[in-house]
Amino acid sequence: MPSSPNHVLEFPGGYTRSVGPVIGRFLSELRDGRLMGVRTASGRVLVPPTEYDPDTGAAVTDEWVEVGPAGTVQSWSWVPRPRHGHPLDRPFAWALIKPDGADTALLHALDMGVHELGAKPPKTLTTGMRVRPRWRAERRGHIGDIECFLPEVAVITAPTRLEYRLRPGRAQDRFLEGISQGRILGDRCPVCEQVIVPMRGLCPRDGVPTVEEVELPHTGTVTTFAVNNIPDPRAPEVPFVSAYVLLDGAGMTMLALVAGVPADRVRMGMRVRAAWRPRREWGRTMDNIKWFEPLDEPDVPFERIKDYL
Amino acid sequence: MGEPCAVIGVGQTEYRTRRLDVSMAGLVREAAWRALQDAGLDWGDIDAVVVGKAPDLFEGVMMPEAYLADALGARGKPLLRVHTAGSVGGSTAIVAAGLIHSGRHERVLTVAWEKQSESNATWALTVESPHNTSLVVGAGGYFAPHIRAYIARSGAPTHIGTLVAVKDRLNALKNPYAHLKIPGISREMVESTPMLWEPIRYLETCPSSDGACAMVLASERAARRAPNPPAWVLGAAMRSEPLFFAGRDTVNPRAGRDAAAEVYRQAGITDPRRELDCAEVYVPFSWYEPMWLENLGFCGEGEGWKLTEAGATALDGDIPWNPSGGVLSSNPIGASGMIRFAEAALQVRGMAGEHQVDGARTALGHAYGGGAQFFAMWIVGSDKP
Repeated sequence: MPSSPNHVLEFPGGYTRSVGPVIGRFLSELRDGRLMGVRTASGRVLVPPTEYDPDTGAAVTDEWVEVGPAGTVQSWSWVPRPRHGHPLDRPFAWALIKPDGADTALLHALDMGVHELGAKPPKTLTTGMRVRPRWRAERRGHIGDIECFLPEVAVITAPTRLEYRLRPGRAQDRFLEGISQGRILGDRCPVCEQVIVPMRGLCPRDGVPTVEEVELPHTGTVTTFAVNNIPDPRAPEVPFVSAYVLLDGAGMTMLALVAGVPADRVRMGMRVRAAWRPRREWGRTMDNIKWFEPLDEPDVPFERIKDYL
Repeated sequence: MGEPCAVIGVGQTEYRTRRLDVSMAGLVREAAWRALQDAGLDWGDIDAVVVGKAPDLFEGVMMPEAYLADALGARGKPLLRVHTAGSVGGSTAIVAAGLIHSGRHERVLTVAWEKQSESNATWALTVESPHNTSLVVGAGGYFAPHIRAYIARSGAPTHIGTLVAVKDRLNALKNPYAHLKIPGISREMVESTPMLWEPIRYLETCPSSDGACAMVLASERAARRAPNPPAWVLGAAMRSEPLFFAGRDTVNPRAGRDAAAEVYRQAGITDPRRELDCAEVYVPFSWYEPMWLENLGFCGEGEGWKLTEAGATALDGDIPWNPSGGVLSSNPIGASGMIRFAEAALQVRGMAGEHQVDGARTALGHAYGGGAQFFAMWIVGSDKP
């Protein structure tokens, strides 16, 4: 179709059409916001109605049936680039829609929401999908009184947001104070004598308060690890390594990022050192430690890490 | 254990990626109604309801037990909610069984579910706090290092995980409710899929599923009137442990060993591999089969992979594990534990259909959750204890 015609032929005011008793009833009902069909002698309900049964040629009965307004899509054609005169100015589908209670389908536009011009048909556009009409507020007795059909409501969105005021607690507060000064603090259990890090003020195994604060070195050993091929906002790249690091002198491991080495070179028993961010970026957060980097030392034998797995 | 307790009804939904055709209430009702039909009962016959699901942040439904009270016919009845992370389906069934063992109630409906399509488990499991940092690695990223540690400790060949991934999916082809149905599943197919969290490959992980599972538990008197054969609860145990403590064994957690010892003691079992006919065990990543074979005492430490490799856990092996296809084939997280318990019951009732283990009379149902911290197990049998 030419985008800018060089000649126009238009009947002044538009042709008139007398619609007769059957189509007239249908359009009058539409203007009242109802979708009606007419029954044939064989019992079928025709929507939109015709004056004669298309199967037999006999006149339809006088019986009118309210149908829909919900219906089922029987077939559809996607319009990725609507043309001038189409009912919608964004991509939509022409659909054959069978209103509930009808035996025939009517053709109408189906609005599938916002899609870019030229978009492929959305996955939710399917034969068998359930739809309902969007009625115009101002109706005049015309098939366009239904602006278009819309999918039935299947999913809603429930925004959720909780606001907190969190306090770290005494032990974690002390630990974060240490971290903000570039120190890693743990505490020793008086029963099992193991150093718990990060410090938490109690031994989860023995159920007793800890009494002795212990500052740990920034070096340790990778006990075990995963090579992650799924991105993480904190990781420098994909793949990245998340590892359990046993700080020298600690009784338990900490989960940390390992970087500065290709993922396929990370080993159980590998020696590592904490890589701190520049001091001016430090806060009361574990983020001060960017990740752990390899240390130029021989690997620790498996025998010495196997009890920390 | 007190009064005898029987499973007289089991109901499951089909497990799917998305159940957009139902609301959460509709989903749990689907499973509950099927369980009631199996038990020959109606909503009004139920004395109490026990509900379980994984953490509220998964779907963002806070206090789902209150939200679902009407949907589960619980108006005017005791309603409890159980919450033990991924093991919750199992511990929910155990709490429900306790209401029968105690003699308090005659018929208890228990339901667990998850609608993962309306959830984001990875986000919910790694919620940030200003005081901690956590890597957004999800369950796979959490368990992969422990699997690597198992492989190093046991000396297992690296293809063992692949064998489990194939075996459970072959079983799933026989289960009408299973989510993943992969005709022609093979070692080559599993090995051709990418490593998500090395050493875990894509096809060695569980799917994300929508689904619900329900059971009707009954006293001896109520079980006598049930239309279908009952499964009797012979033992039930739960144990848990903290996520981090010095000396923790994450590969072979103490809580799992202790729960297993307790459930065997109650059921009078000394050699689980010989005395149990089959087991439904929570295996969301394929390597957890050999790991739990050891944790549950089916073999000595470091020997689990040999049972898997020899085919002992296949449907035609001497101790079939996960005849239903297991968590590797369907994973509506909150329901996954209850599905294990319910499938064990179906086996000893002789109602497991195409994946029935011939002549099964005693079976184990198992669930675990959190960072392998929460364990729930029961043993069911065809004969009343």
